[in-house]
Amino acid sequence: MAGEVLLGIRNLGVEFTTPQGTVHAVRDVSLDVAPRECLAIVGESGSGKTQLMMACLGLLAGNGTASGSARFLGEELIGADETALNQVRGAGISLVLQDPMNSLTPHLRIERLLTEGVLDRGMLGPSEARARALRALGRVGITEPEARLRQYPHELSGGMRQRVAIAIALMTEPKLLIADEPTTALDVTVQAKVLDVLRDTRDEGLAIVLVTHDLGVVAGIADRVAVMYAGELVELSPVEDLLAAPAHPYAAGLLNSVPRLDDLAESRLRAIEGQPPRPGEVAIGCAFAPRCAAASEVCREVAPRPRVLAGGRTVSCHAPFSVEAGT
Amino acid sequence: MSAALLQVEHLSVRYPLGRAPLLGRRREFDALADVSVSIEEGGSLGIVGESGSGKSTLARAILGFVAPSSGRILWRGEPIDTTDRERMRPLRRQMQVVFQDPFGSLDPRMTAGASVVESITALEGRADRAALESRITAVFREVGLDPSLARRYPHELSGGQCQRVAIARATVVRPQLLICDEAVSALDVSVQAQIVNLLRDTCRRHGMALLFISHNLAVVRHLCDDIAVLCQGRLVERAGREQLFAAPRDPYTKALLAAVPELRRPAS
Repeated sequence: MAGEVLLGIRNLGVEFTTPQGTVHAVRDVSLDVAPRECLAIVGESGSGKTQLMMACLGLLAGNGTASGSARFLGEELIGADETALNQVRGAGISLVLQDPMNSLTPHLRIERLLTEGVLDRGMLGPSEARARALRALGRVGITEPEARLRQYPHELSGGMRQRVAIAIALMTEPKLLIADEPTTALDVTVQAKVLDVLRDTRDEGLAIVLVTHDLGVVAGIADRVAVMYAGELVELSPVEDLLAAPAHPYAAGLLNSVPRLDDLAESRLRAIEGQPPRPGEVAIGCAFAPRCAAASEVCREVAPRPRVLAGGRTVSCHAPFSVEAGT
Repeated sequence: MSAALLQVEHLSVRYPLGRAPLLGRRREFDALADVSVSIEEGGSLGIVGESGSGKSTLARAILGFVAPSSGRILWRGEPIDTTDRERMRPLRRQMQVVFQDPFGSLDPRMTAGASVVESITALEGRADRAALESRITAVFREVGLDPSLARRYPHELSGGQCQRVAIARATVVRPQLLICDEAVSALDVSVQAQIVNLLRDTCRRHGMALLFISHNLAVVRHLCDDIAVLCQGRLVERAGREQLFAAPRDPYTKALLAAVPELRRPAS
């Protein structure tokens, strides 16, 4: 895997200045996204998974600042000016958000929503843009594309709107698609179809960063998984390894917490005790130590550094579960 | 044969949609059409469906928040008029509810303890302070909260803690039926697992029946012995847990089960 890097994130931090003081939403995260891979970023509310990606796109809220480095095809994004960012945001990286009702401008027809990106950038002329729009709708499995172009977002169902949002993201032919909880607002049967669309685009050569809290979704689509807790990257592993033998105790706890259709229905769920730290709460040692059954003295006093294990895995833990591949 | 705790017979709920343009007829929408379900004392029934399936409307009809257009609801074999507020009052104590949004369902101006006290005094009448305090302490411990949190306001609590308060508020009066409408859907998975376990344990300990409404099949499977599947206001399948998951009969149930993105245990 060494070699090509599409998006290289190094020591990225995100801070928000609030009336209650400084909140560290993301701390010292480093990871690479390779071309054509699907990397899932998994975590619970407040784990920093969304802010990590927003920082890369220069889309933090006004009171937020990013530090460290994020390079897209070698070009630095952190601290870049709007003109430079707009080049990347338009052509290189596209974004799909959770709520397809709010992310589509309600008073514009689907045709305008699809074509404004390529027209405003002068990438295509009107007739080419329309032809590409029809193709994009076809790629995401929308029937009667000609008729859809004339419709407004409110005339479409939630699943249909999310397909349109993905089609818009594909219009500029980006190299990387960032999808932030793209199926969370959808019913399961619709979710399955939208995931099929994402899988197809990945198979066609697009890299995807999928931000989600749902490990079931991750299992079906991701190549590698980054698990975040309290703003830190705690484990980064190939998806089969993470699901079969998580190395970080939090990753293991998260997996155990998910009710499955194939476990004993009579059993209690194996929940992680306690609460995640509140934003702004600063841990001296490992942030997960207060909830970790395996925590020792050192865990409470010294923050663990990321360690590279065999099989392309990285884990930030003083006492990770032994991984079969050996350390 | 003894009567079921709660029986819903051929229940329909219709919402008006306003008139069609130009002298049109008044249009209506069938939120619930001819649905029959029942739940035994101490039993557990899961209601599963996607958005618009009518699952919340069913809960709202049982609680008397919407009037049924036809059909009837029986409590221990007696037909009840859920919209008659006076006659429903004694039943409120028997039937309690926990909603989806843990912040939205607690009064932001009341401490967690005061919210639970309100439930006791409204449903059981006045009680002396010492008795109330000892009950608050006991119920907070039971739902896994430090009793000192009773002095906090909802905004000072996490989502999971608020949901525990909502469960304390509902169960402190020892209802015979606990209705949960997507009660764990807004919670993060690690907290969701805690609350699922809490609901299970609380219902078993007190022999409380549970009507659990959710879009999440895996959660329902953990909590309920019987499961009813709703689709566009109609009951498409009702079966025991083992049967529904092992051998679903209705095509919609099959599609729903197939769509659940699943973590599979690695073949060992």
